[in-house]
Amino acid sequence: MNTSVNLAGVTLKNPILTASGTFGSGQEYAQFVDLNKLGGVVTKGVANVPWEGNPTPRVAEVYGGMLNAIGLQNPGIDVFVERDIPFLTKYDTKIVVNVCGRSEADYVEVVERLADQPVDLLEINISCPNVKEGGIAFGQDPKAAAAITKAVKAVAKQPVVMKLSPNVTDIAYMAQAVEAAGADAVSLINTLTGMKIDVKKRQFALANKTGGMSGPAIHPIAVRMVYQVAQAVKIPIIGMGGVMSAEDALELMLAGATAVSVGTANFTNPRITEEIVEGIKDYMAEQGVDDITELIGAVK
Amino acid sequence: MTDKVLENAIIIRQEEIATDVYSMWLMTEQIADLATPGQFVAVYCTDGSRLLPRPISICEIDRADHAIRLVYRVVGKGTEEFSGYHTGAQLRVVGPLGNGYPKKSKRALLLGGGIGVPPILQLAKELECEKTIVLGYRDERFLEEEFRAQGNVYIATEDGSFGTQGNVLDAIRENGLDAEIIYACGPMPMLRAVKKYAAEHGIECWISLEERMACGIGACLGCVCKSTKKDSHTHVHNKRICTEGPVFRAEEVDI
Repeated sequence: MNTSVNLAGVTLKNPILTASGTFGSGQEYAQFVDLNKLGGVVTKGVANVPWEGNPTPRVAEVYGGMLNAIGLQNPGIDVFVERDIPFLTKYDTKIVVNVCGRSEADYVEVVERLADQPVDLLEINISCPNVKEGGIAFGQDPKAAAAITKAVKAVAKQPVVMKLSPNVTDIAYMAQAVEAAGADAVSLINTLTGMKIDVKKRQFALANKTGGMSGPAIHPIAVRMVYQVAQAVKIPIIGMGGVMSAEDALELMLAGATAVSVGTANFTNPRITEEIVEGIKDYMAEQGVDDITELIGAVK
Repeated sequence: MTDKVLENAIIIRQEEIATDVYSMWLMTEQIADLATPGQFVAVYCTDGSRLLPRPISICEIDRADHAIRLVYRVVGKGTEEFSGYHTGAQLRVVGPLGNGYPKKSKRALLLGGGIGVPPILQLAKELECEKTIVLGYRDERFLEEEFRAQGNVYIATEDGSFGTQGNVLDAIRENGLDAEIIYACGPMPMLRAVKKYAAEHGIECWISLEERMACGIGACLGCVCKSTKKDSHTHVHNKRICTEGPVFRAEEVDI
């Protein structure tokens, strides 16, 4: 049985990745999950310098999902290179570094710093809804998204995955814009902008007022958007959005994803990523699927 | 290093000990053996619409029987779900989480306010030095007998129905209580007042904080608090309550 997939020239032993921001750089989850069993670890976004993030409360549960407005708190590339990459290289899994920035120059600086590092893929976050500068501002304007893609591609030594926002009118158009600018792959969907109000306190649940919604409630939107993008571009897709089970992951693959990131589900079950890898193998055995690549975009 | 585990814990018994306050004893595989006073566990809901574990402090540890006691208030749908479970039911639990209270050989004041009362019970049981316990409630008292077995207990109630009318600091002042070290858990206004009181009197002070959490294990950075020194994770001034806390030296945090 073959469970490996080729993602922009990188072979993943299986299609399951961790969604950026839900898994740190793997240290905290290594006590619950054998990282060697995962296709790859996608790290929390890293910028050129440390970011403090947003005030608290930063998280709130909603029915079938959650809102977060962490604000990309991260230690910056120096600490990341010294601490997080050496940790991940101890494991037989691919390393995907999520890169964030407030300006084009920020992204370029981080990508340049990663050029000589043992990193397999770069995921460029142009879709965080919780920061005032950068983030989603680049991900909602096709020209800005294309410009960042070009600038990053000019200095990147690893394949570049552009992470797209669902908070747009036409995500397929955004995918085409970054493909034309040289992106090697796209990942989608980042969170949907949401809001929760505590009616007793008459206050916003999050200090940031708005937050990114994730969890099973957004899964059908992710399936739809992955399908739309798969029809519109030739580059591979990392699908994500509310994946709680192997079945959810398989849905995204059938819609056109080559790999699948698991995010919020890590909070519900810290062992979920490994369980989904096993669940996919069970499905393949039951359904007589010898090669997982048969499933990618198999539903037209 | 295995310092925390994911388990299916079994409910040994559960009862309502005050209005909307429940006491639940859980049989664990390893959590009771690993736990220290002041740590907490993350309890997962069974209802799939509720994704995030509920952080609940450990009230008592029975290492001989591998059991832990959780005393929690029903404040939402998740804790309401837990309150409906009976003996024999299983709950997924990760723990023990965070850092507990340091046990020092100093004359101690243990302060608990509201649902911050339960986490200091196990500490009261394990501290072997001279200790005075002050418990603050809005009105209805709980766990009072358990604390009376551990030392001198003073009570404050906001409505004045028992003991000192007011909060734990009012009880300290009214009774002229003194100590070399303070251990406290309670609502943020109480902790701010306790921190200030300890600083004014030059008393070493340890406080337990809470915040909305997602992962509970230090990965998501949802539950940070402002710290006076740079944190070890991000090297800014954001300590993770779930990991560097929930118990902090009062001077460590900007509350």
